[in-house]
Amino acid sequence: MAKFEPVLLARIHKSDSASLKSYQTDGGYSRLKEFLSMAPADVTSIVKDSGLRGRGGAGFPTGLKWTFLPKDHPGPIYLAINADESEPGTFNNRYLMEKDPHQLIEGIILACHSIRSNKAYLYLRYEYGTSYRVLDAAIKECYAAGILGQNIKGTGFNLDIVLHRGAGAYICGEETGLIESLEGKRAWPRIKPPFPAIEGLFRKPTIVNNVETLCCVTQILYRGIEWFKSIGVQPDPGNPRDPGSYGPKLYCVSGHVNKPCCVELPLGVTARELIEEHAGGVWKGRKAKAVVPGGISMGFLSDKELDTKLDFAGPGKVGCLGLGTAAVVVIDDHTSMVDVLYNCCRFMSHESCGQCTPCREGTAWMTKILERIRSGSSRLEDLDLLMEVAGSMGIMPGTTICGLSDGAAWPVKNAISKFRGEFEDYIRGQRTTVTSAQKLMAVH
Amino acid sequence: MSVLSEELREKIRAEFPKYPNKRAVTLPALHLVHDTLRAVSREAIVEIAELLELHPSEVHDTMTFYNFFKDEHHPLGKHRVWFCRSISCMLRGGEELLEKVCHKYGVHPGQTSPDGKITVEFAECLGACEGAPCILVDDVCHMDITPESAAALIDKL
Repeated sequence: MAKFEPVLLARIHKSDSASLKSYQTDGGYSRLKEFLSMAPADVTSIVKDSGLRGRGGAGFPTGLKWTFLPKDHPGPIYLAINADESEPGTFNNRYLMEKDPHQLIEGIILACHSIRSNKAYLYLRYEYGTSYRVLDAAIKECYAAGILGQNIKGTGFNLDIVLHRGAGAYICGEETGLIESLEGKRAWPRIKPPFPAIEGLFRKPTIVNNVETLCCVTQILYRGIEWFKSIGVQPDPGNPRDPGSYGPKLYCVSGHVNKPCCVELPLGVTARELIEEHAGGVWKGRKAKAVVPGGISMGFLSDKELDTKLDFAGPGKVGCLGLGTAAVVVIDDHTSMVDVLYNCCRFMSHESCGQCTPCREGTAWMTKILERIRSGSSRLEDLDLLMEVAGSMGIMPGTTICGLSDGAAWPVKNAISKFRGEFEDYIRGQRTTVTSAQKLMAVH
Repeated sequence: MSVLSEELREKIRAEFPKYPNKRAVTLPALHLVHDTLRAVSREAIVEIAELLELHPSEVHDTMTFYNFFKDEHHPLGKHRVWFCRSISCMLRGGEELLEKVCHKYGVHPGQTSPDGKITVEFAECLGACEGAPCILVDDVCHMDITPESAAALIDKL
């Protein structure tokens, strides 16, 4: 296969890639006027026909989401950009915002034109201070150049973008949690329906899209549907419900590899290819024991599953929750899966918003049971107990409002079903791997 | 006497036109107050609520949901240093890094050094996993951190 030329990340190595001048030199905003002169429905059709699926984790078809807005709504309609990238292992949106903010801004303008919105709120996690300053400068450049504000490029289209900083809560990445947070409340996800497209931010129709998704929108408008569909994985002919996995995707590879990286590749690359060809192999000459396919809430691939295609359908075929954010975390064979799972559960327990009892209590109890296992005083039945708790929480068993809970349960389900022997050995051997560093954090 | 200076109040009011209602300014206002005063006190909550035409309990509810904001009993030091403890950093020594730094500066996570210079915190994934272990100094990320480089960064503050 010929080497894939990055598109979304094509400009990031230029020294001034974030400046308006540099973006325009490379052709950015050159056809904005033309696109803004198109009928909004035609832009939606292009995005819909491209097969673009949301890059934030759920993989919902973007164009289809846009069509859920009520027709002939008097407005306002809002676009909320989800830049609360918090899934452990994920940093692709940070690259896009810090290195090429105008690609994102152009995508925001195009999306707002398509959904007839004149106001976009970009919800940025607080930790991304550099992204904040880069985006703030880029937005100011756009206002000065008539690319944002009133009567953009003389087309009569108006758009304001507001940068809104979060305050360090994972749940704000859930779209209705994000909306609540933007409204100034605690970020408790809403019961759906109504879906945000009907009643979202400030009780108005709202579309929530991820940063990378909107960058793809820019590229699809400039390069066309055919280009986008020539990349990635075709729908499975045996599965009429599979919309395929088209387009380029940013994969983040981290953990026990020689060269952790963010790399853009066609959807459908395997975990093995990512590790060996792009991340310099597993570090210290070791082997991979387990690989997180798309952020910890997607679960784990075992060492036998490294040839799994990382497209929207691939991880699900081997028992993972999905592609998620395509954040690949490599775990070497010197690492205890008990320790890894404990880290995942502690994260989810810390970040559960506390609204639904099964999630609030379930994540806390799973963490406690793992603490017991790690302190060397557990029983083999604890593994069944963990599986029972994990099986009782989430949208899938129907006990919670949002999917954080499914994401909290999945690493437990995968780790215990795929690495049960290791957990049993650990319990039988009454080992303990609690470090003094972890004790330090346990008291706080 | 009010806790919020007129300058701070002006900055909060400047956020109003960006949103269709004042309640949405809760987080921006909390950030502005927290950055300046290094804590959001009870009195500050009441004054923010007055500005935003909310009940103080509504501001308090939002503020305490995010572990981010400190109250007057636990004010921030001059700088806040976050150590990532999530999976990618944990796999590359993030937890040990935090322990060594806490030991060196005589603090537990969440506490401020006796000289008031730094508040040390653990963080969940900072989104800089390609440079694990990483830390955030105020809101600037530093990657591939060792106990020595962390100390060098902190001592320069």
